[in-house]
Order: sequence, then C-alpha cells, then structure tokens
Amino acid sequence: MNRRDFIKIAGLSLIAPQLLAQKTDPTINSKTLVLLELKGGNDGLNTVVPYSDEKYYKLRPQLAVRREQVLQLSPELGLNPVMEKFMPIWQEKELAVICGVGYPEPNRSHFRSIEIWETGSDSNDYLQDGWIARLFEESDPGKLLADGIILGNNEGGPLAGLNMRNIFMRNPKQFFQQAKKLKELQAKTNNNALKHLLKVQQDIHTAAQDLEKKVMENSMAGSQFPPSQIGKQLQIAANIITSDTPVAVIKVSHGGFDTHSGQRAKHDRLLQQLSNALHSFRKTLIEKGKWNDTLVMTYSEFGRRAYENGSKGTDHGTAAPHFMMGGKVRGGIYGKQPELTELKKGDLVYHVDYRSMYSTVANKWWNVSNDFSKDYEMINCIKS
Amino acid sequence: MHIKHFVIIIFFTMAVCALEYDEARHLLSRTGFGGTPAEIEEILPLTYEQAVDQLLSGLGNGSMIDSPEWTTQLPEVKPRKNKALLQVMSEDQKKQYRRLMRQRRNQKGVHLKMWWYKQMIHTDSPLTERMVLFLHNHFTSSLKKVKFPYLLYQQNMLFRKYVKGNFRDLTQAVAKDPAMILYLDNQTNRKGKPNENFARELLELFTLGEGNYTEEDIKQGARAFTGWMVSKRDGLYQFNERFHDAGDKKFMGQVGNFNGEDIVNIVFTNPQVAKYMVNKLWIEFISPAPVKEEVDRLAKIFVDSDYEMLPLLRALFLSEHFRSRENYAQQIKSPVELIVGTLRMFKVHVTNHRQLVQYGKQLGQDLFDPPNVKGWPGGNEWITSHTLLNRRQMLERALRGNDMFMQRFWVWDYLDKKMKMSSWIGLTSEEKMQKVQLTLLAADPVNKSESKELLAHIKSFVLDLSYQLK
Repeated sequence: MNRRDFIKIAGLSLIAPQLLAQKTDPTINSKTLVLLELKGGNDGLNTVVPYSDEKYYKLRPQLAVRREQVLQLSPELGLNPVMEKFMPIWQEKELAVICGVGYPEPNRSHFRSIEIWETGSDSNDYLQDGWIARLFEESDPGKLLADGIILGNNEGGPLAGLNMRNIFMRNPKQFFQQAKKLKELQAKTNNNALKHLLKVQQDIHTAAQDLEKKVMENSMAGSQFPPSQIGKQLQIAANIITSDTPVAVIKVSHGGFDTHSGQRAKHDRLLQQLSNALHSFRKTLIEKGKWNDTLVMTYSEFGRRAYENGSKGTDHGTAAPHFMMGGKVRGGIYGKQPELTELKKGDLVYHVDYRSMYSTVANKWWNVSNDFSKDYEMINCIKS
Repeated sequence: MHIKHFVIIIFFTMAVCALEYDEARHLLSRTGFGGTPAEIEEILPLTYEQAVDQLLSGLGNGSMIDSPEWTTQLPEVKPRKNKALLQVMSEDQKKQYRRLMRQRRNQKGVHLKMWWYKQMIHTDSPLTERMVLFLHNHFTSSLKKVKFPYLLYQQNMLFRKYVKGNFRDLTQAVAKDPAMILYLDNQTNRKGKPNENFARELLELFTLGEGNYTEEDIKQGARAFTGWMVSKRDGLYQFNERFHDAGDKKFMGQVGNFNGEDIVNIVFTNPQVAKYMVNKLWIEFISPAPVKEEVDRLAKIFVDSDYEMLPLLRALFLSEHFRSRENYAQQIKSPVELIVGTLRMFKVHVTNHRQLVQYGKQLGQDLFDPPNVKGWPGGNEWITSHTLLNRRQMLERALRGNDMFMQRFWVWDYLDKKMKMSSWIGLTSEEKMQKVQLTLLAADPVNKSESKELLAHIKSFVLDLSYQLK
C-alpha cells in the first residue's frame, strides 16, 4: 500500500491522526532537508571559479574574479571572495561542492528548466508532481507536522503534489494568529478549485495547532542572523528545526540570479548574503545540537553562458556547481568541472546529472530509494 | 399591426430569451469583478447575445479617473544628476541623495498602484480592466526592474489603447515599449553583443509558446532587435542605427536582413500564435481546462480576422463552454478580483488606497510587480496556507466596515429602499436570502449559515470558501 492509498483509506474511515503514526519512517522523520533555491539561474563560473584556467579570463574580460582574490579550494577551483564565510565550513569538511551539475538536452527557459529540476524529469518529459512529493508517495515520511514548510515565496516546487501537506509561511507569528480562526472543515466536492481550498484550510488547521507552541517558544534561536531575505528565512528554518518540530523538508529561496546585465555587483551581493546567512544557520544548529540532523542542498534552473554578454552580464546557460552542507556531509569537491575548451554552443557540458543529487538525498540521507536510485549514480558526499 | 401588439410581441420574445439570474451573475463575474444585485437586474431583460454585445461596446471606452500628476510630464530616464553638486558632496551625503531619489521613485510606484485600484473600483467597464490585467500578466514588466513608474503607466495606457485592437499591432508596439525594452534588457542588445532576453520571451511567452521555435531562432531574432532602445533624454523609444545588426539573419526558415518588425510579422504567419493566445484567454475567462476542438475553432476566428481582438472575444464569450453551467465556480478569484470585487459589491468606501496595494501584495498579486516575466501563475496556485489566511483577514476587515481605511455604506439597504428592484418586491425573507446567496456565491456554501438575519447571512457567505470561487 502506498501513501496515496493509505491517505484515502484514512480519510474515508476517519482514522484518528495518531494512528497514522504507525507508518512513521523514523529516518525521514528526524532528518530535515533544507532546499535552497537560487532563483533565476546562478552563474556557476563566478561562484566556484576555475581560477587556473586562462580560458575563463578570456571568456570574461569584464566579469572574471581575479585569480589572486579567489578563496582556494583546490589548485583549480576557488570560491568567489565574497563567500568567505563558507571557508570555515569548508575547513571543517562539512561542505560538498558538486561540480558540473546539469542534464542532457538542456532547456534554457527559466520556467521549463526549473520545472525539470523540480519534478526530476527528462528534458522532454513532463511530470505533474515535485520529486519530493513523488518520493513521499512511495516512502511515507511518517507522522510529521507538515511534509514541507515553504518560506520566502509561494511556490511549492519540488514539494508540489496532491497529497503533500505543505505549509506556506512568510511571518510565523501572523500565521498562527490567523490560523486560530479557521474551523475544521469536512466537505465532499467534485470541484477541483474548491477541493484545493478545502485541503489548504485543513493543512493550516492541522499544522497550526502543534507548530505554534514549539516555534514561538523557541523564537529566540539565533538572533544573530543577517537581515537579508535569505537570512530571515533561514532564521525561521532554524527555529523550526531546533524546536524539535518534525518537518521533512524546508524550502527557502534566494532570488535575483537572472543577471543579464551589470552582473558583478549584483551577483557578488547575492553570494555574500547567501554565505553570511548559511554561516549563521550552521552556527545556530551546531549550538542546539541539530546540525547532524540537517542537510542543506542548493539548486537552480541552470547556470549561465560561459562567455559574458555585451551588457556586463551573462545569458541563460546550462551546467553549474551546487552545494550540500551539514554535520553529516563529507566535505570535498565532487563531480567534474566542465572544460572551458569543450563548450557546446557556448555552454558548459554537464558531468553530473542533477538527479544524482536527489538519489543521494533519498538513499544516503533518508535511507529510502526513489525512482532515481537505479539510473543515477550516487555522490559519496554524505556519511552514514 | 398595432404598435401595442408589436411591443407585446417584442416583450414576449425578450422574456423568452431573457437571462436567468445565475447566467447574468456568471457573465458579470467572469468578464468583470462580479455584479451587484442592481447590475445583475439591469441586464436580466437582455438576451445573452445582447448582454455580451453591451459589455463589448464598453470595452476600451470605460470611464477613466485622473492619473497622478507626474504621469503627464515626460521624465528623464536617468534622473539628471547635478554633477557639480555631486563633486562637493561627501560619501555620506551621496548615499543620502541616492536614498532620497530611490524613495521618491518608490512613492511614485505606490501612487501608480493606488491609481489602478481606484480605476478598477470606479470604472463603468470592468471588462476593460480585466483585459488590461490580462495583458499586464501577458506582456509583463515590473517596477522593480524597470524602475521608472512613468514608463509602467505608459505601458498600461498602451494596453488600454489596444484592448480591442489588433493583437499583432499590439505585439509590435510592445516590442518598442520603453518599459518592455528596459524590463527584458533590450536596452543593452547591441550589434556583436546580442542580449537574448527579449527575443526569447517574445517567442516563449508572448506569441508561440515553448516547443514552437529553436534556440537558433532566439539567437537570430535577438540580432534583429539590436539597437531598439529607450532614449535617455526623453524616455521614448529610439532606433539606434549604429547598434543595429544589419546583417542577414536566418529566422524560422527565412533569410534576410530582418529587423524587429519583420521578426514579429514572421512569427504571426504561424497560426500557433492564435492557438497559444486562445488557450491563455480560455484559462483566464472560461476554465482551467481548454477543450481542443473549441480552441481550434476560436483560433481560426482569430486568424481569419487577422488577429483582431474584438471578434475573438465575442466568440469566446458566446462559446457554449463559456456559458456552460458545468464551468461555473471552477475558477479561483485572483487577489485583485477578490479585493476590487468585494469593494464594488458592497460599495465600500475606501479612504486609504495605499492599504489596498498592501493587501494585493499580501495576497500574492502586487500590481505592476509580477513575480517574473511569466507573470502570476494564477488558478489554484493563488491559494496557499499563507494567502488563504490573508484573504480571510482582508475580507473580515472589509466586512467590519469600521476599519481605519474603509467605511461601509452598505449593506444593501437598497434591497428594500433605495434600489426598489421590481423583482425583489414581495419576496419573503427566505427568498431574498436565496437571491443574496445566488449573487455572492458561484457554488453552494461549504458552511451552512444558521442565522435568520440577512446581515449575518451575508457575512457568512463572504467568509465561506465558496466566495473565493467565480
């Protein structure tokens, strides 16, 4: 019996919610995945810089990060200097840099490509549900307060799915105040729009009851977060995790990466905000003993074109590096940096299929298998 | 034939084809912001076709409220900096100066948003506003990126001008629209250094839809739009020949020294444009699930009329699918429809329109600031745990009526007194409540209201989940 059937039966016979707990998978339940979306398509070459490659400086006369400024990770690669707060994480070997992540026949449309990343589909395949939603369909994450909590924007993305219990929250305090006013509703309908409304109302009702006490009591956690949007989101995420609230996935998003023009200053600021916020996040979770139960993974619809455009920016591209970090991460460089001499239509050629990251999360982080386990090689960046 | 008999015959025919109450409600709610009982009563004697034609005759001719004063003055695209002054300023002073300029711009942006809310609340042609909203969500541009409220105002006026015009002409005009040029980076699209942003979205989002062009078409198309810029002097479109790539381009199987106009014209020779647009209009006005055969039929009308909007909209509203009761209540009101519709319905007097801008934002639709070039996804995605709670809060405040920014002039005392609507006279209170429900809700309420009091009923309906549907 998979989760969808179970929920159906549970719904019909009105099984008390406590009974649902029997299906708990303790692994998922206690280990939180923080999905961090870099919205707009992050420029990988200026994030993890191939500083020893002459070609990089030829392709980017205006935009390149100067060789002597990069924070060296290896003789070939280094971080953009604004990401200095990543270095302690790197030195503690808790930062995995996965190079050259992408997929075959890359699509350069923001919307189509992020859909591919969110659903875990092939380039020419269209799937309905997010990859996390499909994973939970097969492997029940158990009795959680919510399957996913989405902070920062209103897009479920990888968590979007009919049976997912997702909570979208901008401001937790306001959320709880308003949620108290909602009654529990039971109604049957064939109207899809109304069905959706009823489900969202039920999700709010269920989550609000428990979450409030825990999160609000714990709201002092990590007062040292930076005031950026991503800082605020990660602070809320830290509150939720350190309050022992069982939530499988927290999605945060960091926007503004579609840097077609005047990239350098904008992009540097975004990377700096990112590294500062993650630094505070890690520090807080270590203090509260939760860092080993937390995995952060970045994703983005695509990287950017290898060569800069005429507007001191970069156009839509393909492969890019991504990060995983957490107490259980085995730090290091994984995958393979795409060769700048082997561009395809001006774009980087991927070496690691993005679904390898998903497969790694499912198998190594949650110890469950997913549709990708067979087809995509796992990345050895998580300690058992 | 005696004139009296003639009148009787006409009256009889009209009575036979006249609108049902729920049909009238559906038509007004789908083509506008919902009808008050009085507005519904007004079109009841018409045939369905007459009612549609009446709505279309108002399209583009609606009443306009005054726009902010600065919209009548040409701005400078780059606020002129007083160089001499800047030289003597300290770093701190410069920072302050820049902050001041930014604040001034943000103020104007808020005023622009307030203006559109007012316009929607007071217009006598809600369909015009719905179409402008549709176009704003189709040819998106945002204040955040464009930065100059004046240019967004001009773009809004451009949509109004073409709201019942020719869609190809509109697309041509949009390609030269200063806000669009800045929004999709055509300002830096130059010979030898093409920027593909506009060319990509023109094909992917504005005309053909994904899968109907190649990456090469985008690259070549971008070259054709090189040099299409905004003048920094007066904020108007300007063709800059020295930045234009006059070489041959191979675009969609044709080769030539194409410019941007040629590209748009070539795109419109593909009837896929009509299908793509009909699909979008269907989702906007009919249901989330377009029916292929009917889309094809409507698309043919669009192509046959050489992309005129009016015949297409008429056919769309007269479509059996638009009228079908099966499609009632299948859509979720957008935040703007919910806000403006509620204010119009209950004649709520708004004292502070700034608050409406704030509500729109909280509900997920910040006018003139769509989330990205694809616009607001809409449909079920309007509703998340965050926005559902905020919708409820907004409605509660509007109903309370003693809110700091809204004073209520309702509730429909005109049911009995002011409006003297013939069909309501003599109804029992139960029958009146039935009509109230029929006016406010497109589907049965989820919560049954137990009160016998009209006011409590209305409140219960408005806070019902069904009120979110249209």
